[in-house]
Amino acid sequence: MTVPNTAPEVAGLAPELAGAKEGQGEKPVLSAGERFTSYDVEAFEVPRGREENWRFTPLKRLKGLHDGSAALDGRAPVTVPAAEGVTVETVGRDDARIGEGGVPADRVAAQAWSAFAEATVVTFDGTPEPLTITVDGPGAGSTAAGHLQLRTTPFAEATVVLEHRGSGVLADNLEVVLADSSRLTLVVTEEWADDAVHVSAQHLSIGRDATLRVVSVSLGGDLVRVSPTVTYRAPGGDVDLVGLGYADAGQHLEQRLLVDHAVPHCKSNVLYKNALQGRAGTTDAHTVWIGDVLIQAEAESTETFEFNRNLVLTEHARADSVPNLEIETGEIVSAGHASATGRFDDEQLFYLQSRGIPEDQARRLVVRAFFGEILQRIPTHGAGALPALRERLDAAIEAELAVTGV
Amino acid sequence: MSTLEIKDLHASVSTDDGPKPILRGVDLTVKAGETHAIMGPNGSGKSTLAYAIAGHPKYEITSGQVLLDGEDVLEMTVDERARAGLFLAMQYPVEVPGVSMANFLRSAATAIRGEAPKLRTWVKEVKGAMADLEISEEFADRSVNEGFSGGEKKRHEVLQLALLNPKIAILDETDSGLDVDALRVVSEGVNRYRSPENGVLLITHYTRILQHITPDFVHVFAGGRVVESGGPELADDLEKNGYERFVKVAS
Repeated sequence: MTVPNTAPEVAGLAPELAGAKEGQGEKPVLSAGERFTSYDVEAFEVPRGREENWRFTPLKRLKGLHDGSAALDGRAPVTVPAAEGVTVETVGRDDARIGEGGVPADRVAAQAWSAFAEATVVTFDGTPEPLTITVDGPGAGSTAAGHLQLRTTPFAEATVVLEHRGSGVLADNLEVVLADSSRLTLVVTEEWADDAVHVSAQHLSIGRDATLRVVSVSLGGDLVRVSPTVTYRAPGGDVDLVGLGYADAGQHLEQRLLVDHAVPHCKSNVLYKNALQGRAGTTDAHTVWIGDVLIQAEAESTETFEFNRNLVLTEHARADSVPNLEIETGEIVSAGHASATGRFDDEQLFYLQSRGIPEDQARRLVVRAFFGEILQRIPTHGAGALPALRERLDAAIEAELAVTGV
Repeated sequence: MSTLEIKDLHASVSTDDGPKPILRGVDLTVKAGETHAIMGPNGSGKSTLAYAIAGHPKYEITSGQVLLDGEDVLEMTVDERARAGLFLAMQYPVEVPGVSMANFLRSAATAIRGEAPKLRTWVKEVKGAMADLEISEEFADRSVNEGFSGGEKKRHEVLQLALLNPKIAILDETDSGLDVDALRVVSEGVNRYRSPENGVLLITHYTRILQHITPDFVHVFAGGRVVESGGPELADDLEKNGYERFVKVAS
């Protein structure tokens, strides 16, 4: 088992980045401003695995998404139920709105952008009821490119669940374009079958005084790599990105976040928690969390915090965690980041067991408590409540726990 | 009538330099209805005795026996020991973030009693026990021991003692870090638990808790074993003369 950050509550740079500031360490990220972006797949070199943004990803398991060998001739249908206040359109790449959310920053995202046949644009107006959108994989052995854009009108308030399920390989771009003073709660679930590969770039573009709340839940799939990039178009934006991942034996779950504070008076808060349980004789259960926050010189009065916690339940598991904060102005409200990776706490286990609670049940109590902080962000009452989803995810995590008899 | 028998118990703690022997032949029997105080200087192995009986993985039993009503405790897992009727009130109760006190207490009571307590009577029972210990109701929603003061943690240990009603309770320095009022509240809680059916093993460094909880027997612990046993008057002797003569004997 490899646990790079075993020290509890490591604040500041991850150990592997020590010295980065002096230019000695591996350069953690290009600044968002310097980051290369393009809609054209050929503008990107084929990654070899050494590149900063690919070094944790097992390229062999990408099914050719990164080197042009994937056929991308499958279809990953997007299903959006009809609802009041919700407009669903299928558009071509020439639609002027496509690309408003952002531009691909890696080769797979650009590949998906270059290859998608049609895009689904869903617009939320007023205060629609919570809506569930499903994306089905193209099926075992098939590869597909997808494109989905979610947009709000000014002052809209919406709650959306975006479910990914099924088999096959999907590379896609998700654009979220929030109009001024709108509010979106978005729950993204990755509940794929065991064979699935999903590489997803999320372009989250926040208008003036707009609020975005994202809860990401990664449970299934062989390899799931999600890269959310937050950009603020005007002051007053407020973004919460929280997520949980549960990596079983052989599973690779990767979360790569960039929050780009380029305008003043915006907030961001990031909290990701992963649990890992591996098994002897298989590839390690692997989670990767990269949290880049950039506060540009113009972004005065920024408030930002990011935190990653990983709970290593068994041997044969590896958690990589790289928080990175770049600050170009001192005129901010607050900025912080932290990362902590730990094994299951034997003292907690002893305490619970010493009260008669059997070991398996004690472990479940602790893991459920660990994830509780994330799941409770899914509202269960009031407008936008998703009680059934919350219940289903609770049950799904129970089932994950049961798999290895944790 | 329950009996806890500790027979020639030897135990080591695992350290970076290998196992280090701590307990060197402890003999002690606690019967229902009795309260035994174990007193001894710091580092004499009192807490190790408590944790070894409870089954903490850090301690290895190298020889000897622990029997509860004739059953071999050392063969049991930690949770089996608790369900068999042993309880350890810890000196440093562990924080379990995210697990509410209410959930924890109910899970523990369900495990110990073998069935989930009826909700209505349970709520009443918990509220009553909390009121007895002057614990405010909001603690039910807080994470187990998280952010509790030292005194609050000890009250919650005694709260669990009240609700789980074990056959034998081992109290490890339950008095340490308590102010006068908290000591009274906690001692009253222990006294409410004491009955002809229950036995208490009270581990302490100081005699002051013995002014609230009168022991039937006092044992002096030094060098990893009981070096002298007597009645409550032995505590008075310790109060006057300290542990010095026992430390010398033990070393």
